[in-house]
Amino acid sequence: MKYLDEYRDPELARKLFEEIDKITTQPWVLMEVCGGQTHSIIRNGIDKLLNDQIELVHGPGCPVCVTPLDTIDKALAIAARDDVIFCSFGDMLRVPGSTQDLFQVKGDGGDVRIVYSPLDAVRIAKDNPDKEVVFFGIGFETTAPANAMSVYQAKQLGLTNFSMLVSHVLVPPAIRAVLNSPVNRVQGFLAAGHVCSVMGFSEYVPIVEEYQVPIVVTGFEPLDVLEGIRKTIAQLEAGTAAAENAYPRAVNFDGNKAAQKLIADVFKTTDRNWRGIGMIPGSGWELSDRYAEWDAAERFDVGDIDTQEPEVCRSGEVLQGIIKPNECEAFGKECTPRKPLGATMVSSEGACAAYYTYGRFIEIEGVKT
Amino acid sequence: MSDDGATIDGWVCPMPLRDQPNIVMGHGGGGKLSAELIEHLFLPAFSNEHLDGLGDAAVMDLPPGRIAMSTDSFVVRPRIFPGGNIGELAINGTVNDVAMAGAEPKYVSVAMILEEGMPIDELAWLVQAMAKAAETAGVQLVTGDTKVVDKGHGDGVYINTTGVGVIRDGIDIHPRNVQPGNVVLVNGTIGDHGMAIMSVREGLEFESTIRSDTAALNHLIAALLDAEIDVRALRDPTRGGLAATLNEFAAAGEVGVVVDEMKLPVDRAVASACEILGMDPFYVANEGKVVVVVPPDQAERALEIMRADELGAKATQIAEIVVGHPGIVVAKTAIGATRVVDTQVGEQLPRIC
Repeated sequence: MKYLDEYRDPELARKLFEEIDKITTQPWVLMEVCGGQTHSIIRNGIDKLLNDQIELVHGPGCPVCVTPLDTIDKALAIAARDDVIFCSFGDMLRVPGSTQDLFQVKGDGGDVRIVYSPLDAVRIAKDNPDKEVVFFGIGFETTAPANAMSVYQAKQLGLTNFSMLVSHVLVPPAIRAVLNSPVNRVQGFLAAGHVCSVMGFSEYVPIVEEYQVPIVVTGFEPLDVLEGIRKTIAQLEAGTAAAENAYPRAVNFDGNKAAQKLIADVFKTTDRNWRGIGMIPGSGWELSDRYAEWDAAERFDVGDIDTQEPEVCRSGEVLQGIIKPNECEAFGKECTPRKPLGATMVSSEGACAAYYTYGRFIEIEGVKT
Repeated sequence: MSDDGATIDGWVCPMPLRDQPNIVMGHGGGGKLSAELIEHLFLPAFSNEHLDGLGDAAVMDLPPGRIAMSTDSFVVRPRIFPGGNIGELAINGTVNDVAMAGAEPKYVSVAMILEEGMPIDELAWLVQAMAKAAETAGVQLVTGDTKVVDKGHGDGVYINTTGVGVIRDGIDIHPRNVQPGNVVLVNGTIGDHGMAIMSVREGLEFESTIRSDTAALNHLIAALLDAEIDVRALRDPTRGGLAATLNEFAAAGEVGVVVDEMKLPVDRAVASACEILGMDPFYVANEGKVVVVVPPDQAERALEIMRADELGAKATQIAEIVVGHPGIVVAKTAIGATRVVDTQVGEQLPRIC
């Protein structure tokens, strides 16, 4: 496939592995920020082919995983209403709330629909003027432009039956939170390529300067990931700390200005609670005052929500890179994709789901998994 | 019906029914309206000596041998999709299930649950599609039933089909017969049907050239058996995709399966759509594919036979059966690592970004 196969070439991959081996002289701990990268690493077995000195720690960049429990519970309450068509990205449907998930709400008669683009939700609102159409607007900076565009369009169209339940999260404050943690071991970051295609990577310059840690913008295909690792290790070995771009075919320094302008119009920065991690100041976006009218959280009074996390779930530690998924006692036992205790076992970008799906718990004779 | 990309647009029902343009409750009531539906719609399309008598039960002769029988219900939405429709699918799906036992499918029953308000034009079009699919597969539709449910209690039409076929002497095809050393073949690209449906599902529509692969595979399988290929196991990788089928082989045969991921035949458009939606063609449904397990020394001949059939033009070897890791399917990844290929839990969900 054009623009994909080139980045999966076994021969080029082998050369990059060799190059990485050649420059590695001591142990290093890197974090890939984005769940999409985690998925690619585990699916392709990149971590298993890297030399033993390099440890990859999986980061918090799974939007489905970090969406706070009270927001999920709020979504469930709104979706259960008779007057609501609730639209969501597919992988939110199986994320467990305190007592159920969106699939169960759908099973109980709720009108819950999977859409691929928030603009489809706007269209559904147009087609169903007698219904309230709510879009579950979650994600990192990557999904923000499309989500912002949907609210912007709703306003332009005067669509009063459309609203968005917003829980956007941001990468740079999360990287700071990881670095500020007293138990942090991460020495270099593979920044999330798609986030940077929107935001650029100028915002990482202050972080690399303050913390003296290399941050390398990295893509998702095997060769992209390997090139990101190579550049990060090269910096670490040379003792430098810079914001660097290993994904130039999609990312430039300043990012997508038009998208950023739209985001600045529709959203404003807020403190955000990350599921499993806790409150990170200035780490989220909510609708700006100009668009407050389209805020589903304001529109629907769903009463007090009493949230309850399962006690055995250690997804918070997984998301912060403190433990690997298969180090959790519940992994593959009480907690499987069939009956997930935490969101990290649900999303294809969740580290637990990646470990489970690709069999990182099965000892296989003669096969390195 | 689907080969020329036919759609219902502009199609005119050759047998307009009296007054109702749409299905009403009376069409399932067993009275005059039911009789009209049978007489004007089903009989002309499906006519054969076993059906035309309209007895409570169809009475047929079967050649000697063991009987294979399979039933399946079809609830696909939308009813008409790129490359096929629910009627064609209902015939091909059941024909294939019977054929996977190494049987020659002979007779099929059809039960329809119609939703009040279903346009009769569309129903007639779907019935024509079924008749054509049955003709292509070489099976007769010998008995049927129609019920109507209240509006809002169905998706236009649900179809159940049951098929009966005869297994020729000396044939024993079953996943438990899979043995280490055997090789695994597939007759073409995987994931076409699932992604074709996805491309037209409400809320996910995307422009694409992807078409469902729905097809009856019984002739292709018969060709393998005619050539006395020692077929160990056959499976059509429908729901759960190729991953589910290979896991089934691994479990039933208590063997390991090693797939070469680079060798999986995936159409370029399907691969792109899967990338965009965050899906894995490994888990996407097929409706015109068969996974064939044969001894290694017969693989080349089996592939030649498959490739001689239009439905097997892209037939290829994708995996090997091994002694190690019984019950587990392992894939060799593009960059030379390995990973486990598990069966999917529930359906694949389009990812967020």
